[in-house]
Amino acid sequence: MSALARMEAAAAGLAQPRATVRHRRLAERPLVFVPLTTAGEAGAPLGAMAGTERESPVLLVVPQPRDRDLRFAFLARLAGVVLPHLESAQDEIEWEERKETDPETGKKETVQVELCVDAPQLIVPNGPGADFVRLLGRSMRFRRTAEEDPEGPYPAPPGVPLLGRWLTLYGERARVPGSSLLLSMTELLSRHWATGQSALEDQHLGALLAWIDPPEGLSGGEAALRAEVGRDSAGQLLCPPAGPATDPAFDNRLLAPAIDRFDARLPGAEDEVRELVASQLRPAWDAVWRGIDLLRTLPEGERVTERFKRDRWSYTAHRDRVRSGEPPQPRRDDAVTAAAKLAQREREQARLEAQEALDDPLVMAERRFAGEAFAGEVTAVEMAYSEGKRAMPRPLVTLSTDDRPHLGGGVKVHRALVEGARQSAEFVRYETEGDGDGDADAPRAGDGTGTGTGDATLVTLRLTSGMGRGKEPAPGTVPEKGERLCWTLFEHTPRGGPELPEVEDTPWTHGGPPAEPAPAGVPAPRGTTAPGAAPTAPPQPPLPDPVTSEDLL
Amino acid sequence: MTHSDGSQSALRRRLAELRGGPDVPPRPLDARALAALAANPGCRRRALLDGAGVDKAALAEALGAPAPFGQSQFAFARGNSFEAKVKADGGAELIRLLCASTGETPPEPGEVALPDLSADGPSGRTARTRLALAPSRAGDEAAAGTAEGGTAAEGGWALLFHPMLALDVAGSTAYLEPDAIAVHPDGSWTVAEIKSFPVLDGSADAAKVGAAARQAAVYALALEESGVTGEVREQALLVCPKDFSNLPTAHGIDIRKQRAATRRQLARLTRLEEIAAALPRETVFDPARPAPELISAVESVPAAYAPECLSTCELAFHCRDRARAAGAVESLGRSVRGELGGFTTIDAVLSAAGAPHTGGGDAAGAESGQDAGAGGNAGAGPGADTGHAGAGSGDPAAVALRRAARLRAEALGAGRTDSRVTPCR
Repeated sequence: MSALARMEAAAAGLAQPRATVRHRRLAERPLVFVPLTTAGEAGAPLGAMAGTERESPVLLVVPQPRDRDLRFAFLARLAGVVLPHLESAQDEIEWEERKETDPETGKKETVQVELCVDAPQLIVPNGPGADFVRLLGRSMRFRRTAEEDPEGPYPAPPGVPLLGRWLTLYGERARVPGSSLLLSMTELLSRHWATGQSALEDQHLGALLAWIDPPEGLSGGEAALRAEVGRDSAGQLLCPPAGPATDPAFDNRLLAPAIDRFDARLPGAEDEVRELVASQLRPAWDAVWRGIDLLRTLPEGERVTERFKRDRWSYTAHRDRVRSGEPPQPRRDDAVTAAAKLAQREREQARLEAQEALDDPLVMAERRFAGEAFAGEVTAVEMAYSEGKRAMPRPLVTLSTDDRPHLGGGVKVHRALVEGARQSAEFVRYETEGDGDGDADAPRAGDGTGTGTGDATLVTLRLTSGMGRGKEPAPGTVPEKGERLCWTLFEHTPRGGPELPEVEDTPWTHGGPPAEPAPAGVPAPRGTTAPGAAPTAPPQPPLPDPVTSEDLL
Repeated sequence: MTHSDGSQSALRRRLAELRGGPDVPPRPLDARALAALAANPGCRRRALLDGAGVDKAALAEALGAPAPFGQSQFAFARGNSFEAKVKADGGAELIRLLCASTGETPPEPGEVALPDLSADGPSGRTARTRLALAPSRAGDEAAAGTAEGGTAAEGGWALLFHPMLALDVAGSTAYLEPDAIAVHPDGSWTVAEIKSFPVLDGSADAAKVGAAARQAAVYALALEESGVTGEVREQALLVCPKDFSNLPTAHGIDIRKQRAATRRQLARLTRLEEIAAALPRETVFDPARPAPELISAVESVPAAYAPECLSTCELAFHCRDRARAAGAVESLGRSVRGELGGFTTIDAVLSAAGAPHTGGGDAAGAESGQDAGAGGNAGAGPGADTGHAGAGSGDPAAVALRRAARLRAEALGAGRTDSRVTPCR
């Protein structure tokens, strides 16, 4: 169905909606961060534009990306801009109740825990930008400041290791489906609009925006082409890429000569590099804000707040770890943590898919098309009871639907009631219109695409839950004739898998319990040991990377 | 694959004509291009232009759709300095990394032969490489002065920096230049790829590693077909900077799968003779010719465009313009194409989706039939049945489309009543 939307967009020359509500949270004051990096060098930032005010971005530039001191100065200033934002929501808390197992008695007890009311948001232009946030976090979180390690060479400016830990949290959290802490604009926009180009081409922010909101007098396709390849008379792109990589033509013709002039200590050279970098950053900065404007026109999905609460938990937990003086996140997760992360992402993916469908009729339409949901009008309700010691209401509801759900004997279906309640039912039989008693194995059951002639199918379901505990169903929980209902074949709150063992109980199949971390203060001979011996050496998590004398970075 | 000398030279002459005459030097086919070609074996246009050694970048420029490829000098400088560092000290570092990866005992410094491979022209260099690949059998000539005496009899270590290998691709010879090949004492070879993307905490960008593995697979294939008896190891050595430093680290990457895939894809390539024979006699791809002539020349060879081409082929922007102008569904992505059964044009899809129970089916059939002639069907697999004459109302794909359109319209209608759906304009 999204393929159809792409085709409609291609034919119309304008992006078409893929959603009727906004499925991600947009903070009131997000911090927009547009990074640029030096081609071919990992973790050598060239500059960045950051800030929460669209009119007054903070421009940070490294005039010679290979100079370590200049790079540290850049990171220190970046920490000055970004850290206050990331830490801004730390102190405003509310109390939440949580069940915890008492380690001594083994009983479950309810405890009061702090939960931050808000979690600040970071927005980057595209997917590689989000990856770059992760990379920056990795490059900074093991650094030591002069205060922490007075002996170490190349001490990092204060704030840098802390920023590294925060950016690592945000970078990792961005991998959790449905999370809103770190968002990439291209992903956000392509979630909500279908363009007339391929998903691959949608990763160009300029082209994507051109499809969604083309300038006066141009079709989306024309505007996107101009954004992609249009160059001015000097051979520079009209719409520079939104980073973090720069256009090679810009590097070779403009930036490299300017950096050479800076190296030669020519007056004004630094300003020149600054202006050049700004010229590449500003269009992406404006594009991100335009994207935010577009997204704000959509009302927020109903269940976005619930997902955001999980982001707040994640934010609060990180705050607690930093405050209690725990070491930075390890280079590699241990087996249990990694398994837990994977399980969490799978669970969140399933939850996101279910919630997006429930929030948005257009997404639900996709699920209905796929046979994973169906909507229809109630044609008959017949009261029935279960045959047990205690007879419970099990009413039979018959719907007339045009959809072609994949129903078979005993398949469970679900629907949302008011105020977050849910109701389940099981499939009983198909009935053909008019003659009343059909067979459970309807001829169309196996054919997902259906015959599509528009004729309705009658589906009979037996309600099994959501009617209260009484002998008679609670008022309003059993649908009436003429009501329109939408049932899904997927669960609304997917359950996770079995619990994972504690880190200390990692089974030997997964490497056993992790070794004790080496005591702090051990010198770091990593650069000098043979790499062949490295895997057997005990992990030394908080040590900075080796720095050699000829190290360019 | 053997050819009589006559047909070989006839083909070579024909390819030179296509290029614009014997004076236009052919562009050598590198492993990157071969790997990309193997990723889209249905594209005759690419096979022919690459095989003939046409300068596609210049051609694209002349067609008015230049490719935005280029390398930043920063990346170039970084790549070169890293490669120089890895190869320093007669490759001692490289051998050390290789042995650490395979578990072999590293040789003493100075025991590694570094044969001189320089020669005039690619065929000369290929011959020198062939000699050097079998140091123990080729006698002491190749192992110039370093690995003499006792070790030479049983074979010793040798490192070949920038050797040259020949590979027959669709009837023409491609010369390939790997970064390095190591000859083990047991006579087997390891392909080494030196890349400047970092390995961070033991993991690297999967796309880049994949590209490096495909490239190494092409070299391994060329080694196997070099005619020298010997075995190519299943693991290629990928050398990258470690973390944020410029210290090299190396990992063995298994290239069996890539090698098998590349071999199969290259074997599937249509023979260049066939493609060339189907062209009008006067077709020339000389970028100096006027644009309209070039456009019709390029159009005479069918292409199989997919958005993935944009990152690997210089002509991709031209092909994309054509695909979009024809309304081909391929321009929206391979997966979109796969979902649509027999439909090949956007118009056909939309009219099938939008006009239930009317004559839409006939129109769709006619249009998609037309498009099939325009070259959309050169692709592999599902593309074979593109005519799609039966896009009538009974066709399952058309029925599914109508259902999708109806559900979509219904949902959008429901959404519009309580919210604004389309933001601007």
